[in-house]
Amino acid sequence: MLAFILRRLAQSVAVLLTVGLVSFFLFRYVGDPINAMVGQDTPAVEREALRQKLGLNEPAPLQFIHFIANAAQGKFGLSYRTSEPVSRMILERLPATLELSFCAAMFALLVGVPMGVYTGLYPRHWSSRAFQAVSLIGVSLPTFLIGILLILFFSVILHWLPSFGRGETVTIGWWTTNFLRWKGIEALILPSITLGLFQLTLLMRLVRSEMLEVMRTDYIKFARARGLSNRAINFGHALKNTLVPVITVAGLQLGSLIAFALVTETVFAWPGVGQLFIQSVQFADIPVMAAYLMLIGLFFVIINLAVDLLYFAVDPRLRSQVGGRAGAH
Amino acid sequence: MAARSSNAPLLEVRNLRVEFPTRRGTLLAVDDVSFDIAPGEVLGVVGESGAGKSLTGNAIIGLLEPPGRIASGEIRLEGRRIDNLPYEEMRKIRGARIGAIFQDPLTSLNPLYSVGRQLVETIQTHRPMSAAEAGKRAIDLLKEVGIPGAEQRIDHYPHQFSGGMRQRVVIALALCAGPRLIVADEPTTALDVSIQAQIISLLKRLCRDHGTAVMLVTHDMGVIAETADRVAVMYAGRVAEIGPVHNVIKHANHPYTRGLMGSIPSLGHRAERLTQIDGSMPRLTEIPKGCAFNPRCTERGQRCMVERPDLIPAGLGWAACWLHDAKGVGAAVPKELADA
Repeated sequence: MLAFILRRLAQSVAVLLTVGLVSFFLFRYVGDPINAMVGQDTPAVEREALRQKLGLNEPAPLQFIHFIANAAQGKFGLSYRTSEPVSRMILERLPATLELSFCAAMFALLVGVPMGVYTGLYPRHWSSRAFQAVSLIGVSLPTFLIGILLILFFSVILHWLPSFGRGETVTIGWWTTNFLRWKGIEALILPSITLGLFQLTLLMRLVRSEMLEVMRTDYIKFARARGLSNRAINFGHALKNTLVPVITVAGLQLGSLIAFALVTETVFAWPGVGQLFIQSVQFADIPVMAAYLMLIGLFFVIINLAVDLLYFAVDPRLRSQVGGRAGAH
Repeated sequence: MAARSSNAPLLEVRNLRVEFPTRRGTLLAVDDVSFDIAPGEVLGVVGESGAGKSLTGNAIIGLLEPPGRIASGEIRLEGRRIDNLPYEEMRKIRGARIGAIFQDPLTSLNPLYSVGRQLVETIQTHRPMSAAEAGKRAIDLLKEVGIPGAEQRIDHYPHQFSGGMRQRVVIALALCAGPRLIVADEPTTALDVSIQAQIISLLKRLCRDHGTAVMLVTHDMGVIAETADRVAVMYAGRVAEIGPVHNVIKHANHPYTRGLMGSIPSLGHRAERLTQIDGSMPRLTEIPKGCAFNPRCTERGQRCMVERPDLIPAGLGWAACWLHDAKGVGAAVPKELADA
């Protein structure tokens, strides 16, 4: 078990190094960073001095090692656009994105999984068919369109919910949160629905098809023959057996929620890292882009590691394969 | 047949019909099947695949898979009608009064729960016991089905048991709430031949000890001969013959049963060619007029081609064959070898 975790950690480090390499090349070779930093009329001597100071005339492998060493400490240099430290810019905006992604993920899980269970248990019921039809819309409509439609309906026509920004936030240390003010929570609703809707329909369809499959298995039939209650069969025996694929997909989706929050953030003028990234692209602010890339890579690696560990919690067959004998449960 | 002290049968199946509505019309998969099982009795049910044996078993435990359904007839357990009970009522009978064992022990257990948890869950569903009491009973049951080191094994997961051991766990699960009847649907088919005999004798011993009756569905005549008190032979959804097991084996009254017996190799006679029944069982959509067996029967007469026989007293049992009727089969209709 420990060996497995260590092996997975080593793999995670390798993945992060690869992402770092891509970021580094982006940083170093997409245009000359010196040109981006200094004015057009800066003399060549000053440029050379700056190059020397930033270590840009060192051999590339050495530069890469410096880059990785700095990245490991969270140092990504200064933004070309604002001349602020990149790490501070990202940290300021990270809570907004994480809270939005968290709410979207909760929305997708807490609505999508029960809907999937329901449609899997009663595939012929009219409401299941209705859910299926609605889920098709959720899968096929692009995120920005859903966001715009929600704004049109709930903000412009009904005036129920704000259409942009985070509303009121409370700052705890460096973390700014939406959860402690009603206005902040209100502001979270529309963006979370927009961001989570696609994942919701995806999860619902996945849980549904897995449930349909599990309900046909012999152990469900045998559980019925033992006279277990429907509740025990549906949730204890059937749902748990659908969890391994569901965890896999839900984990990957959580990663993409964080990564692709940028569309939703743009639609709702949500001051998160996604929006920061879009602005950085417009200004070719490469240090911010490189840092964003590394950050998303880090999130994916952490989530994947968590998913792998969850497999063990769910499936005893994996425990004994990797860790020798399974312990008492 | 020692346990037949009381005359009232434990299970009565009367004129049971199971049908499957399909797009091309309704298929009658079990047609007018009647039999009794006495308390503690082992009734073997044999027949080819598709003869309706398993469906009859599933109908008794109330687990016909839709769209299959009981079209008519009655099933009574200890005098109480159970074929028309609401799902929740029937659920309380399943496991507690009627247990079931299915074919494949590898897939009958939930892979994600320890065997102990599955036992305790079943016991607590039917008996008001604390978790500790149920756990103790679970260990006792594992010991009773012959699992060595039951105290440790209780926490193990199904994948840590061999096929035979898993089938023992399945038997423990079927017996754990003390049912009066067990419907065992081909309980040994998926197992190694060497283990089959062990499992069958275990099942037989346990049911004798607990006074549990068994409906043993199988296509293995050897298992029936060893285990059953009586045997019912099914063909194309109907009971072809039913009677005490030794009579059916030694003096079969239905031509189909005779054919079945002829196809079993025996140790006594060697180098004899096994006989086989020509043709195959008709599909549900093309069951012939008259006796369903008539295309394959060597003793058929005019009457067999038009009139369907019900069970007629024959020897010590009953057979659905006009040969045992006073009026006989009528003029012989020789079997053309050409119509394969």
